[in-house]
Amino acid sequence: MTADGRSPEVTDREPDSRSEIERSPAADATRGAPTDAGAPPTVASAAASPNGDAPTRAQAKAGLGVRLEQLRAFYGDAEPVKGIDIEFRANEVTAIIGPSGCGKSTLIRCINRMHEEIPGARAQGKVLLQGMNVYDPSVDVVAVRRAIGMVFQKPNPFPTMSIFDNVAAGPRLASRRRGDLRARVESALRSAALWEEVADRLDEPGAGLSGGQQQRLCIARSLAVDPEVILMDEPCSALDPIATLKIEELIEQLKTRVTIVIVTHNMQQAARVADRTAFMLDGGMVEVGPTQEIFTKPSDPRTEDYVTGKFG
Amino acid sequence: MSTPGASSESLARFAVSRARRRRDRLAHGTILAGTVIALIPLMLIVYYLLIKGLGSWSASFFTTDPTGNTFFKNSNIGGIKSALLGTLEMVALASAMSIPLGIGVAVWLVEYGRTSWFAHTVRFAVDMLTGVPSIVFGLFVYIVLVVGTGSSFAGYKGSVALALLMLPVVIRSGEVILLLVPEGLRESALALGAPRWRVIFSVVLPTALPGMVTGVLLAVARAAGETAPLLFTAASTLKTNTDLGQFMNSLPVQIYNDVTSPTTSLVERAWGAALALVTIILLLNVFARLIARRSRLA
Repeated sequence: MTADGRSPEVTDREPDSRSEIERSPAADATRGAPTDAGAPPTVASAAASPNGDAPTRAQAKAGLGVRLEQLRAFYGDAEPVKGIDIEFRANEVTAIIGPSGCGKSTLIRCINRMHEEIPGARAQGKVLLQGMNVYDPSVDVVAVRRAIGMVFQKPNPFPTMSIFDNVAAGPRLASRRRGDLRARVESALRSAALWEEVADRLDEPGAGLSGGQQQRLCIARSLAVDPEVILMDEPCSALDPIATLKIEELIEQLKTRVTIVIVTHNMQQAARVADRTAFMLDGGMVEVGPTQEIFTKPSDPRTEDYVTGKFG
Repeated sequence: MSTPGASSESLARFAVSRARRRRDRLAHGTILAGTVIALIPLMLIVYYLLIKGLGSWSASFFTTDPTGNTFFKNSNIGGIKSALLGTLEMVALASAMSIPLGIGVAVWLVEYGRTSWFAHTVRFAVDMLTGVPSIVFGLFVYIVLVVGTGSSFAGYKGSVALALLMLPVVIRSGEVILLLVPEGLRESALALGAPRWRVIFSVVLPTALPGMVTGVLLAVARAAGETAPLLFTAASTLKTNTDLGQFMNSLPVQIYNDVTSPTTSLVERAWGAALALVTIILLLNVFARLIARRSRLA
C-alpha cells in the first residue's frame, strides 16, 4: 500500500533529505562496524558513502505528510473528535495542545487506526497518508500501522523480552523479512540515542531500564519497522525533566527521517520541539500554525486564553 | 508546676487510654483464636494422614497392584500402583483435553469476545459449570458415553468427566490472568503493525504464562482428587493398565473402596493412599506457587 501511496513529489524530495541525514550517522560510522556484507542493496545504500554502515541505510527514509479531512471519532454515542481538518507536513514536528479531554489523544489514535481497537469506538472521515486514505475499505490496517508508528504515554517495553528482542519485536511480529535483524536493531537503538547505554547488555530485560531509557527503547522499537510517521501520545508525561530533555533532543533528530505528531500537555514542550502547533478544544481544531505564531500572536482569542494560562 | 510535671501532662494527652488498650487486646485475641480454630482441622487432617498413612508406606506399597485377596487376615493385599498410575494417566488425558480448549476459550473471551452478548453468555455458562457438583459431570458422562454407547466403563470416559470438571476452572483462571496483561502491551504491539493473532501468541500469552500455569495446576490438582466423576465412568480395577479404553483404577476411587470395606488392612491401605494423594496435590500446589512467584504480572 505504501508503494501505491507514494506520489512522485515524494520521490523527488528523497535525495535532498537523504544527503541531509547522511551527515549525522557519519559520526556513528567511526565507532560502528560496517555491516554491509550480505545485505540486500537498496537505493539508499547505493547512494550512501563508501564507509556508510547499516544504520545509514535504515535512516535514509523520509517522512510522509498526513492530512485529515473531516475526521470524526466516536465512543458509542460520545463524539470526542468532531470533524477535524488538519495537515501534518512531512518531516516536521506538529504538536497538538489543548486541555484534558479535548480529544487530542483520540485524534492521533485515529491516524494509525488504533482508535478502533477500543470496543465501541469508530471513526469517520479521511486520513490521507500522502494522498492515500487509510480508512479506505481496501486498506490493510496492519500495513497502516507499519507506516505510522506510535509511542505511548507510559513506557511499556514487552516484559518477557530482552532489550534486543524488544527492538526486534517490530520486524519479527510485523513483517516476513527479517534479514539483518542485528543491524536493524542497532540502527534503531542508535536513532533512539540509546545504543551507547545498552550496547553491552542487549540480552537483559527491557523492563530493567530506567523510565527514560524505557521510553527511548519504545521509540527504538517503533523505529525498527521503518515508519514514515510517528505519533507520540504525551511521551514525556511519565518522565523526569532530564529524561524529557533527552526525548525532546531525540525528536529534533528524528524529524529528518519521519514526520512527527506529538500530543502534549506541556505548552513549553510544544514550544521547544514543534515546528507547528495545533490547538484543540472540545473536539474541534481551533487553530493551527507555526509554533512561534501560536504562542506569540494567535489569531483566535481562545488560543490566546489557553496559551497564556487563563484556562486549561 | 515543675518542668517534668508539665511534660508528663502533655504526654498524657497522647497516651492510649486503658479502656482502649483493653478493647484492642480483646479484638486481637478474638481474631487470633479464630485463626487457630480454623487451622485445627487442617492440622488434624495432616496429622492423622501422617500417623495412619505413613505406616502403610513402603517400596512395595507403590510398586504392587492391589491383589483383591482379602480373605485371610494375613493375606497379601498389595499396594496402590494401579491407582497411582491410573490417576496420573486419566488426569494427564483430561489435562490434554481441557487445558488447550480452556485457554482457547479464555483467549477468545478476552481478546475477541470482550463485551459482546455471546461472550456474556459464555461467561454465564462457565460460571454455572463451575458450580455444578462433580458427581453431575460423572452422571452426564455415564449417560452419554456409557449408557448412550451401550459400552462399558473406560479410563478415557473418566478423563472426559475430569476434563469437563477442569474446563470452567481453566477458562476462568485463564481469563482473569489475561485481563491482568496491561492493555498498553497489546496496543504497542498492534501499533508496530503486528496482526492480532501474533500479538496474542508473541506478547499476550508469554506475559500471561506464569499466571496461567498456576491456574492450570490448581485445576489439575482439583481433578486429581475427585472421586465422584470417576465412580461410574472409569470404575475401578485391580490391574495396572495403560489402555485408557479399559476399566481404570484411581487413587480417590481406591480410597473410597478400601475405606468402605470391612477389612482392617484395606482401611489402613486407604490411609496410605490418601497420604499419597494429598502429597501429589501438595506438590502441585507448591509447584504452582513457585511459578506464580516468577510472574511478571501484579
